[in-house]
Amino acid sequence: MVFQYPMISVQACLDGILLGILFALIAYGMALQWGVMNIINIAQGDLVILGGYIAYFMYLYGIHPAWGVIVAPVIMYFVGIAIYKLVINKVVDRDLFISILATFGISILFMQLMNFAFGADVVLANSDYGTTMLFNNNVVLPNSKIFSAFISILFAICLVIYMKKSKLGRAIRATAQNARAAKILGVDTEKVYAATFGINAALCGVAGALISITFTIHPYMGLPYTIRSFMIVIVAGLGNLPGVAMSGMGLGVFEEFADYILGTEFRIGSVFLLLVLILIYRRFKLSRKREYLK
Amino acid sequence: MRLNKIILSFVSALVILFSTSVASFAKVVGDKIILGAAISLTGKYSSNGVHTQNGYNMAVDRINSMGGVKVGGKTYKFDIIYYDDESNPKRAAQLAERLISQDGVEFMLGPYSSGLTKAIAPVTEKYGVPMVEANGASRSLFTKGYKYLFAVLAPANLYLDVAIDLAVEKNNGKGVTVAMAFEQDAFSQDVRLGVLDAIKRTGSKKVIDDKLPKELNDMAATLVKVKQMKPDVLVVSGHTKGALTAIRQISEMKVDVPMLAMTHCDAAKLSKQHGKNSQYALCASQWHKTLTYKDDFFKDGMTYDADFTKEFGYAPPYQAAESSAALLVFKDAFERANSFDQKKVRDALAATNMQTFYGNIKFAPGGQNVDKPMVLFQVMCDDAGKCENKVVAPTKWASAKLIHPIPSWSKR
Repeated sequence: MVFQYPMISVQACLDGILLGILFALIAYGMALQWGVMNIINIAQGDLVILGGYIAYFMYLYGIHPAWGVIVAPVIMYFVGIAIYKLVINKVVDRDLFISILATFGISILFMQLMNFAFGADVVLANSDYGTTMLFNNNVVLPNSKIFSAFISILFAICLVIYMKKSKLGRAIRATAQNARAAKILGVDTEKVYAATFGINAALCGVAGALISITFTIHPYMGLPYTIRSFMIVIVAGLGNLPGVAMSGMGLGVFEEFADYILGTEFRIGSVFLLLVLILIYRRFKLSRKREYLK
Repeated sequence: MRLNKIILSFVSALVILFSTSVASFAKVVGDKIILGAAISLTGKYSSNGVHTQNGYNMAVDRINSMGGVKVGGKTYKFDIIYYDDESNPKRAAQLAERLISQDGVEFMLGPYSSGLTKAIAPVTEKYGVPMVEANGASRSLFTKGYKYLFAVLAPANLYLDVAIDLAVEKNNGKGVTVAMAFEQDAFSQDVRLGVLDAIKRTGSKKVIDDKLPKELNDMAATLVKVKQMKPDVLVVSGHTKGALTAIRQISEMKVDVPMLAMTHCDAAKLSKQHGKNSQYALCASQWHKTLTYKDDFFKDGMTYDADFTKEFGYAPPYQAAESSAALLVFKDAFERANSFDQKKVRDALAATNMQTFYGNIKFAPGGQNVDKPMVLFQVMCDDAGKCENKVVAPTKWASAKLIHPIPSWSKR
């Protein structure tokens, strides 16, 4: 099919890239807190969905949901800080397993609370952004997807600058490199952790608002986003923003092509297969290095 | 520590209170016939679970206030014990056990969704408890040889084959090309089998056959294929999220297809969420208020719609209507059996042949209702953007003429 209709390849690439950028934003948040606090946040996807509901409610009350990309992160930042103060600070220096359990619990709690508060209906926010047609109408790009990608990039750039230039950003990076040393040198790591978790939640909020504009949201739809961002981080490694962006887009494009070539039912499966292959490859590379060092 | 003690004693007090109150329930007590139901009040099916419960409650109130059930010269009233199955099949099966062996329930009402009904059916079958269910349409429920399961609704494989027939009819009896996108769950795959049968029967051809993932929220890839292959009919089934996602992306990607047929548009409140973009979509439905079936309790569809809206503050989706119908079937069967013996009631249920506001009800040996066709409605909007669902097939009940082919996006 891909060869029969060449325009499908262009469409698949563009769709994949736009989708990948959005996922990369969520993954970046995950990479950030993973790197700084050594916590894998299973509730990542649920934070995303919560952000989506904020945009959805704005839409319900007649405000354009695009404003959600400003409102949602602000609210979600405080939600993130609250989660940190209540739960995460108690598990932050324990081993990874404890933190996975804790965030898994938060994830279940969030799902049920959202279901309780917002109902189990699938909802979406209409942006009425229209569509961009390319190549003689053979390639269509919903403007909402383009908008999502644009906003994601914007937030990513802002974050990078913030991390490089601001005092807190420097403190976060220092803590990520060596929490003990940072503490000795006067960095209030507790504050840094809270801020990191807040920033991550805020990024999730932005992504959620964008998802409510582009796709649909539902209280139980968080987990696929967690898994996707987990994979992107695994592939890219921690603290590597260009890597995260590249692997996000790469995965997006790979997924689209898998859909056309193998069929929709193998779409998710093929991504997991790719993940396994990458992990094996990494291990292989690593073991060769070790041998060399010997 | 003291707080713990207080909590502990409070909880145990609650447990004792609860167990005594439950123990006093059993099958038929005094003038009450106690039915049991596990319903999804929380979890992912909770909205449709609530529709189901509202439908049951509405019928219980109506039947009780209009004289109740007459068995052996005595009048009885319906009562229902509900438990929340959390949208979880395992939990549903546990609760069915509990209803039957602890609470002593001898007659059951079904849960919401095919998956949960599948989990409960073996339990009711084991204990020989007659169950009338209104929300499990999967074909596999009716091929297992269950003797105590009765479904008032048409099985899933009949949901969309009407649409294929309609498309063939519009194509002067010649076969059409069909693109299919179905979620990978029991229900949607059954719908798919029905469509495949219809394709074979009419000499049509399937050109796309996509299986959508459970966490479906993006079907752009499928729609790109549709754009290139230009089929005559696009069929989508993936519960509420499938319907909403399809309409959103079809309108965003300006996919032109002469006929678009879906399931679950009613529950998705398509036109409310998508307005004019949902126009012309064909939706399979078990029931529509304009159908002219009648009974003594709810009169007809329009009256049911008005009464339900008055009581619950929203228009009844078909999930509520079919749930109400289940109670009417039980009442009818009890009166004909003139007994509370489970076997006699079961036989009476099997011999049901009646009309309700929801449709005719007559069970095949497998337990499915074979006397009620599905209806297709089409979303039609006026210039002001107000949209309504109008029945277009079968012709007998059509309140509007099918608009076919769907006008292209450039002309809308």
